[in-house]
Amino acid sequence: MANSSTKGISKIILASSLGTLIEWYDFYIFGSLATVIASQFFPKTNPTAALLSTLATFAVGFIVRPFGALVFGRLGDLIGRKYTFLLTLIIMGCSTFAIGLVPGYESIGFVAPLLIVLLRLLQGLALGGEYGGAATYVAEHAPHNRKGYYTSWIQTTATLGLFVSLGVILLTRHLLDADLAKSIAKFNDWGWRIPFLVSIILVIISIYIRLRMQESPLFAKLKTEGMTSVNPLKESFAHKFNLKIVLLALFGATMGQGVIWYTGQFYAQSFIENVCKIDFDQSRTILIWAILFATPFFIVFGSWSDRVGRKWIMIAGMLLAVVSYRFLFGQLLDAADTKNRVELTDRKEVKTTLTPIAKTNSSLRTVVTSSFFEDGMIVSETKKDTVREDPSPSKSSTRISKILGTSSYWKMVLIVFVMIIYVTMVYGPIAAFLVELFPTKIRYTSMSLPYHIGNGIFGGLTPFFATLLTTIYVNDKLVGLTYPIIIATICLVIGILYLSNKTDKSLTD
Amino acid sequence: MNSIKRILGIVWIVSGPLAIYYLIKTGIGEINKKHDIDTMIQWGVFIIVFIPIAIGIIIFGYYSLKGEYDGNGKN
Repeated sequence: MANSSTKGISKIILASSLGTLIEWYDFYIFGSLATVIASQFFPKTNPTAALLSTLATFAVGFIVRPFGALVFGRLGDLIGRKYTFLLTLIIMGCSTFAIGLVPGYESIGFVAPLLIVLLRLLQGLALGGEYGGAATYVAEHAPHNRKGYYTSWIQTTATLGLFVSLGVILLTRHLLDADLAKSIAKFNDWGWRIPFLVSIILVIISIYIRLRMQESPLFAKLKTEGMTSVNPLKESFAHKFNLKIVLLALFGATMGQGVIWYTGQFYAQSFIENVCKIDFDQSRTILIWAILFATPFFIVFGSWSDRVGRKWIMIAGMLLAVVSYRFLFGQLLDAADTKNRVELTDRKEVKTTLTPIAKTNSSLRTVVTSSFFEDGMIVSETKKDTVREDPSPSKSSTRISKILGTSSYWKMVLIVFVMIIYVTMVYGPIAAFLVELFPTKIRYTSMSLPYHIGNGIFGGLTPFFATLLTTIYVNDKLVGLTYPIIIATICLVIGILYLSNKTDKSLTD
Repeated sequence: MNSIKRILGIVWIVSGPLAIYYLIKTGIGEINKKHDIDTMIQWGVFIIVFIPIAIGIIIFGYYSLKGEYDGNGKN
């Protein structure tokens, strides 16, 4: 409420943000460990298991999150914010913990991938309901003129959830054995379960904190007066007045915000690893540093939006992203390029190992060629093929991995940092922007759907469409950016022309 | 400003069916190119999910054409 003390609101923010951060962490560890999980639960040799893998990936991102927004949004507008986002936290925590306990495909067959799909669906459903609840809850407690500032703490959680998930995975991967190779092997075997299992401790703490919270004062007042919505879904989407605002929020704000969020963080990391061919650990630590430096800007832009309005900060973020993405990703390619570097040819190393393949007369030959460069870059080319007694041809595979020198490494950190600054501009003020658009009695439902369509569908599709474009136009390594640039441009035009910069400071209906 | 928004309403109305057409066309092309269950599920999900969104932009365009957003975006 307007007169809430600073101490009181700090507790509310801590309780809301911690739970939301944990939910994002839980959601991201599955994505970050997709390859390991696939090898444990979805063997490619089995078509049904592979099919379940596809369902786990696509169904959750594109269908379940918006569906969760509708289910829990409705519940939040009917029974209240507190119990609804407590429920989403419990569902998320339990399903994440359970993923860490499910025996592999080798042990229980088809039941294993089936359980994983079901648990992943529950995760998506819970995530769909969480964000709207947390943002609404904080905004309904915040002082009138500080909603942007206070809700921006909730906005940090998605990025911090990614940060924590990357950190926990990297640490676990390195700490299971003194020998790194053995540690990675242990991680791929059973250690991947640790990030899922530790989540339960955080969830229990967060549930305890949330149980002690009070219901949102605006919702409590509405309930006392008997003014809550009877059918929030109907009121949100079947009444023209609200529907036109929901559509405006989607096409003029969340759609562009979603693609910028995914491009600046997920696609940037994937681009660094798969297109620039930077080593697994470095591609993740680059993102970790960039997130660490950029995260305070969510608060800066959220707070600033209280003074200058939400619209133009978000528009500026979209505009900067649209005009500079190709340049910035070009700079990433440049930082990883070996053409303009001086190779230390005398240090070149070639190591060949032969590993006998059981029950055959063949061996697996691995040839690792390491090239060293003056600026500290190391490029390793690993070729694998099978050596047989008979001269029949064998399949071979080649993998390139680069470790950057110090200056190129920090150049990449800086570039990703700039892209995450764009994320903070479009994402920092958006919670306050969305809660101010809708009346209290249908706020949870109305704001959750455009948010999750913008993020889950438009944003979530970024890696897929970017990869698809690179397979069609193979000569242009930056062609994948066409998708986020087009979506953000359309959103930019709609945002400039149709969005209002006015703020509803009191959240009065 | 209001007249621009009304004219753009027609653009948004047209863009809905166009988006569905190109999505289905690309989806069929990709499925024909790579005839496996993964590709079919992926494109099936995209088309199912994008049709309501395309309908959404048609409705948005209609509201825009009718002047429902007149007065928005002045500042």
